[in-house]
Amino acid sequence: MDCNIQEVDAIIEQWGAKPDSLLQIMLDINHRYHYLPKESVKRVAERLEMPLNQLFSVATFFKVFSLVPRGRTIVHICTGTACHVKGAPKLLDRFEKDLKLRPGETTADLALTLETVNCVGACSAAPVVLVDGVTHTEMSANKISKLAKELKAQEG
Amino acid sequence: MMRLSTIQDLELLRREILKRREHIKKRVRICDGPGCHSGGGEKLIQLFREQFEERGLDGSYEIAPTGCHGFCARGPVVVIEPANIFYEKVKPDQVATIVERSVVGDELVEELLYTDPETGEKIVHERDIPFYVHQERIVIGETGRNLITEIDDYLSRGGYSALAKVLTGMQPEQVIEEVKVSGLRGRGGGGFPTGVKWESCRRARGDIKYVMCNADEGDPGAFMDRALLEGNPHQVIEGMIIGAYAIGAREGYLYVRYEYPAAVKNAQRAINQATEYGLMGDHILGTDFSLKLIINRGAGAFICGESTALMASLEGKIGEPRGKHIHTVDKGLWNRPSNLNNVESWANVPLIINQGGKWFADIGTERSKGTKIFSVVGKLNNTGLVEVAMGTPLKKIIYDIGGGLPGGKRFKAVQTGGPSGGCIPESMIDLAVDYEKLKGAGSMMGSGGMIVLDEDNCMVDVARYFLNFLVEESCGKCIPCRVGVKRMHEMVTAMCEGRAQPGDIERLEALCNGIKETALCGLGKSSPNPVLSTLRYFRDEYEAHVNDKRCPAKVCKKLITYSIDTDKCTGCGVCRLRCPEDAVIGEKKECHCIDEEICVRCGICYEGCKFGAIVIE
Repeated sequence: MDCNIQEVDAIIEQWGAKPDSLLQIMLDINHRYHYLPKESVKRVAERLEMPLNQLFSVATFFKVFSLVPRGRTIVHICTGTACHVKGAPKLLDRFEKDLKLRPGETTADLALTLETVNCVGACSAAPVVLVDGVTHTEMSANKISKLAKELKAQEG
Repeated sequence: MMRLSTIQDLELLRREILKRREHIKKRVRICDGPGCHSGGGEKLIQLFREQFEERGLDGSYEIAPTGCHGFCARGPVVVIEPANIFYEKVKPDQVATIVERSVVGDELVEELLYTDPETGEKIVHERDIPFYVHQERIVIGETGRNLITEIDDYLSRGGYSALAKVLTGMQPEQVIEEVKVSGLRGRGGGGFPTGVKWESCRRARGDIKYVMCNADEGDPGAFMDRALLEGNPHQVIEGMIIGAYAIGAREGYLYVRYEYPAAVKNAQRAINQATEYGLMGDHILGTDFSLKLIINRGAGAFICGESTALMASLEGKIGEPRGKHIHTVDKGLWNRPSNLNNVESWANVPLIINQGGKWFADIGTERSKGTKIFSVVGKLNNTGLVEVAMGTPLKKIIYDIGGGLPGGKRFKAVQTGGPSGGCIPESMIDLAVDYEKLKGAGSMMGSGGMIVLDEDNCMVDVARYFLNFLVEESCGKCIPCRVGVKRMHEMVTAMCEGRAQPGDIERLEALCNGIKETALCGLGKSSPNPVLSTLRYFRDEYEAHVNDKRCPAKVCKKLITYSIDTDKCTGCGVCRLRCPEDAVIGEKKECHCIDEEICVRCGICYEGCKFGAIVIE
């Protein structure tokens, strides 16, 4: 997805071009493009009159941001405590093996990104996996194997 | 919406709302809390709406998508008022039956009722279910009754009456005094007395002061703040408005986790509604008091739950904490006096104002007052959100309320306090849970996560899990945390992988104590807790990993092998077909075996075998 400067400007307008809006602006850009395109970071630095290095320090500090393009579909495997004790590591292993993806990686065709998340607050249904924000509850190694197959088929 | 210009207007509006609702005969509460929503609650709401429309059910019936009911294990939950008939695990194809028989008609749908596992009897009413009987749901109870999107619903139950009471004649000092009398302590982890914090902030010098709500619920395994803010945002906001009045703030922030989009949405809606009614904004209820609240989303950093890091992040900087020789109540956000409290703490405030500090102080133990919401999850039958008086024995929470462990497994420990907390072993099951007792046991209250572990959980692996979490989440500012936690993680990982040397346990302990004494912030100082508490109670497991290269709970992959019990294997072939690595060999109807070299120990065969023939050693 190409970065559209008008869109970036609109996001900046919404929050106001001031330093304390930085995180909110970056979150919206990251949400819009699934990552922070280089031009957008430059534009925000310009408009907020902040040094570019400060933006990059924020972008690399917080887990949500990505500086490289991410997939059209994003899978989050929850690795919160409840999910961990109920078998999240097994889900992660299985997913890695079936889709040849490690957490933080994206397929070459930008179809799929795998990430972990430190708890989504659905602990009673652990272990959980999110596909584009939709929660799959009480997962097992068998269920995730099936999910991996579906995701593969979906992208052809 | 009309803007309320006097305190009396609020009462008039409340009466009008109640009058408008008089003709509601039945109300269907559909839980849309974190657990039920993931389990299909959203779909149910839509289906109920369709059914109501099809049958032309008019204003005498109401559909109320509510916040969390707490009993997540039985979700999605549907409750029919006024009788409070409790239906569990409701599936989409059962909606029509419920509407036909229990909404239009007055019958029960037997198969959806809760069955008491002890007696085998069906229980009709929500209040009679053992899970609820043993609780004191004074703070979170309203969440399950609250129609999330409507401020009028909150008002109909007496909402904002605490604010009206404060504005009618209480001086800020009186409000602070009431909170001090209540003995309320911070529910986010530290347990600092809330009233004392407010007083310091009120006394701090500065024209501009801030109130803040910490909704950056970072402890993995805890979701009570999400449930409160998502399901009953007005209760939290009312608390904040009262707090702002008490300390003299005109501006405030809610810092909400990015991972909780629904909490952000619902809180923003609530702020807008309150502003339209004149319960927020300029000249609240026609008085001189004004307050503006702004929501800020976090960006996935655990450290931002720490007060100084949170404030740095609000200023557009990275979320690094600073030393606390100067308190945030004196110099916080933009170097101005700032009062930060956790979601649950704020949600307690309207109750304290309405019912009095004394009433609140009568609940709980000597030094821990009121109730605490726990997210009781992990290896437990009744997972969900539980609220009990401080001082309730752990045993009652886990067995009477939590319903014990599934599959007849043995209770091993409960992990409390998140990555800064520790594990409480079976021998301490009678512990009366409050701030002091948990601390004395080597753990802490934290935000209230309780993760139940059974015999199948390895304590060394649990310690490694938290260390891995902390390695990722350490902000990197001070060396003890940045380097020390990484070294701890390496040492514990070596234990899990059978590479540890004799003496490593002692070296690990020494490192833990060093970090505890030298790290900069609270999170760094408490980072060795997961190791220290498991070492304290489960040293034998560490020794087994180090000396015998053995994982007693059979979890650590490098220390276990999968094999097939020849006596139990029927040769059905399920494991062979399912094994993604083709590690299972064998002819149909003949005993199978696993090639250890190929096996990746993923557990698919173990999960799938109906005969219990897969053995882990």
